[in-house]
Order: sequence, then C-alpha cells, then structure tokens
Amino acid sequence: MIENNNVQLSVRGLRKSFNNLEVLKGIDIDIKLGEKIAIIGPSGCGKSTFLRCLNCMEDPTGGSIIFDGVDIADQRVNINVHRENIGMVFQQFNLFNNKTIIENIMLAPYTLHKKKEKKEGKSERAFKEECRDRAYELLRRIGLEDKANVYPSTLSGGQKQRVAIVRALAMNPKVMLFDEPTSALDPEMVGEVLNLIKEVADEGMTMVIVTHEMGFAREVATRVLFMDEGVIAEEGTPSEVFDNPQNPRTQQFLKAVL
Amino acid sequence: MKLFLEQFITEGGYKTVLSGLLATIEIAIGGLIIGIILGTLIAIVRVMPKYKIFPRILDGVCDVYVALFRGTPMTVQLLIGYWVLLPALGISLDAVIVAIIMFGLNSAAYVSEMMRSGIQSVDIGQLEAARALGLPYSTAMMKIVIPQAIKNILPTLGNEFIVLIKDTSICSFIAVVDVTKAFKNIADANYEYVVPYLFLAAVYLVLVLGITALVKVMERRLNKSDRKQ
Repeated sequence: MIENNNVQLSVRGLRKSFNNLEVLKGIDIDIKLGEKIAIIGPSGCGKSTFLRCLNCMEDPTGGSIIFDGVDIADQRVNINVHRENIGMVFQQFNLFNNKTIIENIMLAPYTLHKKKEKKEGKSERAFKEECRDRAYELLRRIGLEDKANVYPSTLSGGQKQRVAIVRALAMNPKVMLFDEPTSALDPEMVGEVLNLIKEVADEGMTMVIVTHEMGFAREVATRVLFMDEGVIAEEGTPSEVFDNPQNPRTQQFLKAVL
Repeated sequence: MKLFLEQFITEGGYKTVLSGLLATIEIAIGGLIIGIILGTLIAIVRVMPKYKIFPRILDGVCDVYVALFRGTPMTVQLLIGYWVLLPALGISLDAVIVAIIMFGLNSAAYVSEMMRSGIQSVDIGQLEAARALGLPYSTAMMKIVIPQAIKNILPTLGNEFIVLIKDTSICSFIAVVDVTKAFKNIADANYEYVVPYLFLAAVYLVLVLGITALVKVMERRLNKSDRKQ
C-alpha cells in the first residue's frame, strides 16, 4: 500500500444510479495531497456525476468516500461540515444572483463561522470585517476589486468564473473540484480562467478537474483519468494517457478530440 | 346625497368609516404577513428532498392543509373559526384578531403554491452552489433561494394582497366593523344606498390602485440586481 496519511480522498467501489440507469459502476481511486487529477471522457460517461459524488452533491448509491477519516458517502454523516473543506466550481458559475460580488465571497465564511468566532470572544462585527477584508484580498488577487459592490449579472462569464473560484477559496478548502469550469465560456475568456486555476494548482492545492481542455489537462494534471461507461477505463500521467494510450476507447476518444 | 353627508359628517359616520378602514387594512396586511410566512414554510416543505420519513409526513400534512383551505369558501372558514373553533378551544379573541388569523391561514394555502413555483423558477445551481460551500439546506433556502423566489413572484403576491383587501368585506359575518360594514350602517340608517355604496366602491378602488403602484415601485427596486450598472 501507498502511505495512507497522504491520501486526501479515498474512493472505494463508488456506484451511482439514477432510477434504473447505472451511471457509475464501481470506481476506486486514491487522491493524494497536492495531486491534480484531470478527468476526461466522452459525454455521458459519468465524469461529472463522479465529481459531484465526491462532495455528495449526488448521493452515491454504493461504495465509500473517505475524507478526513470519515466516510462521507454515509448518509448519517453531517455532510455540511465536510463540504466546507471541499471547494466546488461549476460549469454555470452559479454566483448568487441576489448578492453583490463581495457578499458572494464572504457569505459562507461569515455565516458558517460566526458562531464559533463569537464563542471565542470575537464580536460579530469584527468578524464580519475580517471576512470582508479577506474577500477584498481575494478580489484584488483576481483584479476585480472595483466589482466588489456590483451584482453578478454585470460581470462577463470569465469574471464570474474567477469570482466563483475565489468564492470557493475563501473557505480555505483542502480539495477543489472543478466541473467543466470553462465549458460555458466564450473562447476569449477561457484563458483567464485557466490561468487562475493553474495559479491555484501551483500553490499546491489538491484538485480534481473534469475538463474538455486537453492541452490544459496535459499541462496542469499530475494524473489523467479517462472515464468510459461509468468506470475508469485508463489512468496515468498525462504523457502516458495522451501520448501512449493503451485502451482502444481512449485512443478512439483522443483521436476524435485532438 | 344630503342625507349621506349628514350621516357621514354631522352624525360622526366618518369615525366609523375610518376605524372600519383601519380594520380592513389591518386584516389584509396581517393576513398577508401570516400568509407569506406560513406559505413560505409550506412551500419549503413541498420542495424539500424526501428521502426520509419525516419530510414525507410533513408533506402529507401540507397537502391536506392546502386542500382544506383551497377547497372551502373563505366565508365558511371565517364562520368556523369564529363560531366553532374559538368556543371549542375555550378562548375569546377580538373578532379582528380572528379575522387576521383566518385570512392568514387561508392566504398561506395560496401563497404556498405561488412560492413553490417561485422556488422552482430559481436555477437549481443557486442552491447547489450554496450547499457546496457547506451551508445547510435551511440557510441556503433562506439566504439565496427564497429572496430570489420572492422577487420572481412579487407581481402575484401583489395580486394576493389585492384579493385579500377585497375579501375582507366578508368580515361583517363575524361582527367585525370593516369599511364595508361601516358604509352599510350609514346606508341602513336612512335607507339611502346609492351614494354610500358608490363611495365604498371608490374607497376599495383607491386602496387597490395604491397597492398596485406600491408593487411596481418594489419590483423596480428589487430588479436592481438584474440591471447593468
């Protein structure tokens, strides 16, 4: 066995069915600290479902997902506590439409931690200011400080997705999940989002990215999974999977997309 | 006309009318507030994921509730509330309070259906994003989904308020002196009906037009998150 203390997410026999349709047919994988995993595969192969099972946005029908020493696939576990540590970025950005940009970023840290901070003797207002400062810091990082007090509808797609990424970062997650983060973007905005993801990756964040950007996967990923029909059909380093695929389905897929 | 004015001003009829108007507005606003709060709770129960047994039971209760209050006339509900439930519970309440409660309970049944469609019109991604950050279901609903749902159904809620205002005219069934009853008293005093009742209609019309204008203003303000700045 590999040294277990380095494993962030340990998935065993993960299954997911929607009614009678089995989308995931038993997935096993250990995701280690600092790994960047790119998941590729044809549409309908279950890659998004797999990603959404990792923070139980979809409740798995079977198997286990060990995160922080707890099986989060177990329905009795309070999933909210663990989701705080698993950031997620969506294809459709999903910024809160009724909140300004700064509120989008500070909402979760403030709402979820104010009780704890209060117990430790910090006033609610002081903590709110702290959250706001941190949110501004994150906005500065992506150069959108001037957008702090506008609503998401006024932002471009690329700006929205960058805000969505720092919104997830504001919780200081241990793992980040990206569900096709650039698929809903205009082509000229893909670069700015990928650059930010790459930056976060370089800081050592553990990541799982479902993507159609093969060039990006090759550049950033430490491991590539090719999924097909609900299973991991092939996995390896980017050069193994992209340059020397073994599985005929992988070869066929890569020929079609590259 | 002369008789009406005499009754209205000299005989102090305007006082009854003003207190009646107050009762009408109290009942409509009180009913709407109860309706929105209770209706929202019912709507949340109805859109809640139902893997477990408890939400399913709650859902069943809400089903029965909505069926009962939509399936019987408001007047009958008012009569039952005042003449049946109140004595049965052995409490005495001011008729206006009873009216507020009954209108609230009735309105909740309708508001819950509006709110449900309002909630369903909010992109599911909004809830997912909130849940993915670790917010509990209730917090995500209250902070993210419900505010957007209310914005979406604001015109319908305005409609509900208008319906409520007009429906309060049945409150004289339980001895509330609302604005309708006040004018009826004036009319009955002289057997002169034309002026008081036309005047009464005008009062309702002004109220409703006022609400319509108010809803428009609110809509414009709530839409600020949609506008390019």
